[in-house]
Amino acid sequence: MNALVNFAKVFRFHGGVHPPENKAQSTQLPIGQLPLPAKLVLPLRQHVGNIPKVTVNVGDHVLKGQLIAEAEGTVSAAIHAPTSGTVTAIEDAIIPHPSGLPDHCITITPDGKDTWVERKPIDWRNTECKTLVASLRLSGIVGLGGATFPTHIKFRVGCKSGVHTLVINAAECEPYITCDDMLMRERAQQIVKGMAIAQYLLGAEKVIVGIEDNKPEAAAAMQAATAGTGIQVAIVPTLYPSGDARRLVHLVLGTEIPHDKRATEVGIQVFNVATVLALHRYFDFGEPSLSRIVSMTGSVQRPQNFEVLFGTPLTELVAAAGGAKPETTHYIMGGPMMGFDLPSNDVPITKAANCIIAASPNLFAPPPPAMPCIRCARCADACPVNLQPQDLYWFAKADNFEKARDYKLFDCIECGACSYVCPSNIPLVQYYRYAKSEIIAADKAKEAADIARERNDFRLARIEREKMERAAKHAERAQGVKSENVKIVPESDALGANTHAGAEQALATNEDAAKAAKQAAIAAAIERAKAAKAAAVGGDAPKNVSDAPPSVKAEIAEIDARRAAMNLAEKSAADEEKQAKIAAAIARAKAAKAAAEAAKDPEKST
Amino acid sequence: MNRSPYISEAPSVSAIMFKVLLALVPGVIAYVWVFGGGVLVTIGLATATALAAEAVMLKIRHRPIQPFLMDFSAVVTAWLLALAIPPLAPWWLIVVGTLFAIVFAKQIYGGLGYNPFNPAMIGYAVLLISFPVLMTKWPAALQLAEFKLSFTDQLHYIFGGLLPQDVKIDAVTSATPLDYLKTQLTLKHDVASITQAPVFGALGGKGGEYVTGAYLLGGLYLWQQKIISWHLPAAFLGALTLISGVFWVINSAHFASPLLHLFSGASMLAAFFIITDPVSGPTTPKGKLYFAAGVGIITYLIRVYGGYPDGVAFAVIFMNICVPLIDAHTQPRVFGHEK
Repeated sequence: MNALVNFAKVFRFHGGVHPPENKAQSTQLPIGQLPLPAKLVLPLRQHVGNIPKVTVNVGDHVLKGQLIAEAEGTVSAAIHAPTSGTVTAIEDAIIPHPSGLPDHCITITPDGKDTWVERKPIDWRNTECKTLVASLRLSGIVGLGGATFPTHIKFRVGCKSGVHTLVINAAECEPYITCDDMLMRERAQQIVKGMAIAQYLLGAEKVIVGIEDNKPEAAAAMQAATAGTGIQVAIVPTLYPSGDARRLVHLVLGTEIPHDKRATEVGIQVFNVATVLALHRYFDFGEPSLSRIVSMTGSVQRPQNFEVLFGTPLTELVAAAGGAKPETTHYIMGGPMMGFDLPSNDVPITKAANCIIAASPNLFAPPPPAMPCIRCARCADACPVNLQPQDLYWFAKADNFEKARDYKLFDCIECGACSYVCPSNIPLVQYYRYAKSEIIAADKAKEAADIARERNDFRLARIEREKMERAAKHAERAQGVKSENVKIVPESDALGANTHAGAEQALATNEDAAKAAKQAAIAAAIERAKAAKAAAVGGDAPKNVSDAPPSVKAEIAEIDARRAAMNLAEKSAADEEKQAKIAAAIARAKAAKAAAEAAKDPEKST
Repeated sequence: MNRSPYISEAPSVSAIMFKVLLALVPGVIAYVWVFGGGVLVTIGLATATALAAEAVMLKIRHRPIQPFLMDFSAVVTAWLLALAIPPLAPWWLIVVGTLFAIVFAKQIYGGLGYNPFNPAMIGYAVLLISFPVLMTKWPAALQLAEFKLSFTDQLHYIFGGLLPQDVKIDAVTSATPLDYLKTQLTLKHDVASITQAPVFGALGGKGGEYVTGAYLLGGLYLWQQKIISWHLPAAFLGALTLISGVFWVINSAHFASPLLHLFSGASMLAAFFIITDPVSGPTTPKGKLYFAAGVGIITYLIRVYGGYPDGVAFAVIFMNICVPLIDAHTQPRVFGHEK
């Protein structure tokens, strides 16, 4: 059987770090179950994309697995009642998000019976692919590795997706987190069944599982479970961030996914182990996404993994792990490299919660004050994307955002490897997050400005049109004096209509010219095509022009030409000016923020 | 709030600088052994001046003093400058050089992390240009000197300019090997006969080659400790070997061997301690190769064709100017991007 266990060649990526793993603490006990909590608070925002539409009302009785919020728009995910009970509130509550802001939540008070809704397993092998993918939209399944991207989107392309290789992400490279490790140890068979479903839905020829070599038990379980299936298990060296999708694909396949392409565009799709297991539960048992495995570790009495219903208050999870040690100060969601401080001890567990670390000063000492960058380039050596973090830091600090973009800021995956190795303790990732958000905000502001300008162009065109209409009326009157009285009315009507049509044409042509100018400017400035908008405008075909008298036609053409030329010149000038103004405004608005950031730097303090 | 990562494994700036100082210790010991204890006085003076100048400047600039004094970067500058200038120079020479290095080359630009030039090399260049006679008056290795100055003698000389009675300055100083080579070559002697002079040893200058060898040892320690990357020393020594090798092969009567160039003057100190200053150097791996190779070649050209026996300081300063250009043009390929 061992011959079938195919150890693939590993293709190393640049950089990476090896922080202390701290995984042993939470793998001593098997996956535990939690008692049914007194209430479940389900944030609507548990995934990437639109928030789903609530389909229940306060007071409704719901069954376990019943849809309580349905996916809205393309990128969205459904939410189901994790147990049977009563909807007792639909209101804002604190959710586990770095912002710490409250957001819409549905509160369910369990009735303790845990009564299932009618479950409908799907014979997926004998069902049309389209139907399966459509059904998946109702499953509530999102990427459980932490990205929480709605899973049905990943299948949208259908069974003939062009995806030839399915990569299962079981690297779990972040310290402390062991939920996938334990899941593989205990439920490898189910995971393999889920992989078969994902493979079928994608039409993939090859399936390869990437596991870091610090999880020998999980790797052995997966090798045993995949024996004879043709699925490869690739053992990759323990090196953070091997669990990043692009890094893992490179590790196991040697394929470097181009920065501007998705994995699917090069025929690869990546799923987390827990996500494929959720697919198995959904199709083979009719169970939507109601729970996940969460590592409860750090400064608690008995670190352990638990299967936790979504919406379970964190306090219940902490209690299940024997309670927090006295020195615990707060909780971190995710790992120590990319996680964030939870705003409260009472937040609910969501689909994104792979790990909760009870933090204490012993575990995570507050960082010493930042020193200036000495350009040692340790960060560049550690960067898995092969960026130059020291340059990005310099640009971000100086608010030189265009330069930061040039130096590929948006390729940064915020893995934190740079900060991890920085001798000057500079919170590099914070600078990158700041620069990214500022650039995105500036882009949005620019887009808004473009729309405003478009409106203004339209207004100018209207004023011009009205002027032409008046001119036409004058002309008509002058003509009317000479011609017979009886003909005045119809002729004026005809001429009026014609002139109007001509003006409309002028408007349309004018708008087209304006669009073209704007598009050129935008393409040059932000290298982003706005094809959709251009397409939307292209539809206005001029009407009724053939009827216009030759003189009017000539005049219109002349005006058009003049105006187009003028517009082009004005456009580029206005564009530049506006950009400068926007940049200045943004710079001003952000002074306070920058100051706050800089305050961490002793260079600038005192 | 998102303030991850929460963990760090980096050595502090202080720890890095401390290791650099540690790596210099073998060189200092060899120096004392070959030239006497005077250099310790110079190092002490330089260190005290550097710390005082740094503290005053930080105070004037309203910056916290303690963390920046404790980063040891000023001490590293002081030691490098002290090791680069003649150890029997009057006390004020090193004080002036250090002051210039810290105040003008470092603090005025914004202190640690902001100096575009290597402070020690700026200090050295200023002294070399302002006080050329003092800067070329090197002591003879003790084993070669007509009169061996004791530590007390050296102290007297450094602080008072007084030599023991009946001892002439020529009895305790000597031309450095590179200096000697240069003057003898202008007298139309060939390299083979020139290097027969007592001032030459097996590899470089007699005595001086041990100091150079000790720097090499310290440098290898820094590399092993991952304080410096191999790119800089390898490219510097490689370029120096290559260019001196080519000239030597073409005309070995007029051009000294690569070995002499590697083990004389400031070659090893530059390779592992001077050009490895991260602040004023390039950051990209390829950029480090270009930078160090540039320093190596310019150093050689100055030694052979320039007005000074050694050219490390000017070569470093010149290449420091090129750093932004080098960095901009040697950006490595980012993952997922075409070159």
